[in-house]
Amino acid sequence: MSRNHSRPLSPHLTHWRWGANMLVSILHRITGFGLAIVGGLIFAGWLLSAASGEETYNWFLGLFTVESGAINIVGAVFGIGLTWAFFTHLFNGLRHFVLDAGAGYELNTNRTWSIAVVAGAILATVALWAWLLWPTIGALVGGEG
Amino acid sequence: MGTGLGRVRGLGSAKQGTHHWWMQRLTAAGNVLLMSWFVVSLLRLPDLSHAVVTEWLSKPLVAIAMILLAGNVFWHLRLGLQVFIEDYVHNEASKLGLLVLLNFFAVGAGAIAIFSIARIAFGGAV
Repeated sequence: MSRNHSRPLSPHLTHWRWGANMLVSILHRITGFGLAIVGGLIFAGWLLSAASGEETYNWFLGLFTVESGAINIVGAVFGIGLTWAFFTHLFNGLRHFVLDAGAGYELNTNRTWSIAVVAGAILATVALWAWLLWPTIGALVGGEG
Repeated sequence: MGTGLGRVRGLGSAKQGTHHWWMQRLTAAGNVLLMSWFVVSLLRLPDLSHAVVTEWLSKPLVAIAMILLAGNVFWHLRLGLQVFIEDYVHNEASKLGLLVLLNFFAVGAGAIAIFSIARIAFGGAV
């Protein structure tokens, strides 16, 4: 439906002072969108290539890894990006369950949990990838890994 | 209820909002369980080689959980992206086109995932 320009618009993003609750709200949509399109395609592609046989599967893995099996730059960007999106969407989804129950709307509580979701997702992503890449990091730093 | 003009144009509530909202939550809860299991399982595999992955997917409980996961994930993303499109695409033709595309994507990718799991589980992928 086209907008009637004689009618006023409600104040939108640019008119509000940003708060943690707004950030986490828009992040929920962005990460959901990313997980749906990128994650959905990779998930279905991974399974289809596995079902098509070893040669096709290796070609698919080759999009994200180098010869030795370690991840390449594409694998790192998609892997870390999807991990962060997954944790953000998961943690905020759990926060939404609490909000759906009618709890957590007090300004300070809402702000605290919004920040916790954003920070927790970043921490979880760093922790998981540090663990995954530990052998590589160890080899780069000192050799004895 | 509503105005006569609204009824003629077919605008207004479709009376399905609660069901959409509820299914979004139900599939979200399913995703929490199934995705947690999926991520932990992947991390516990020795590697992601074809032999390892297909052997893992051949186990009945793994195949069943993966099929449930695929159905749940693509259902959830279909509901979520529908809201995304309805909120941000205001041109009726584009909105309709994108909603059709979304349904094709969600159902199509879901069918691909489920058939692939079944083929591996029944020993068809070598």
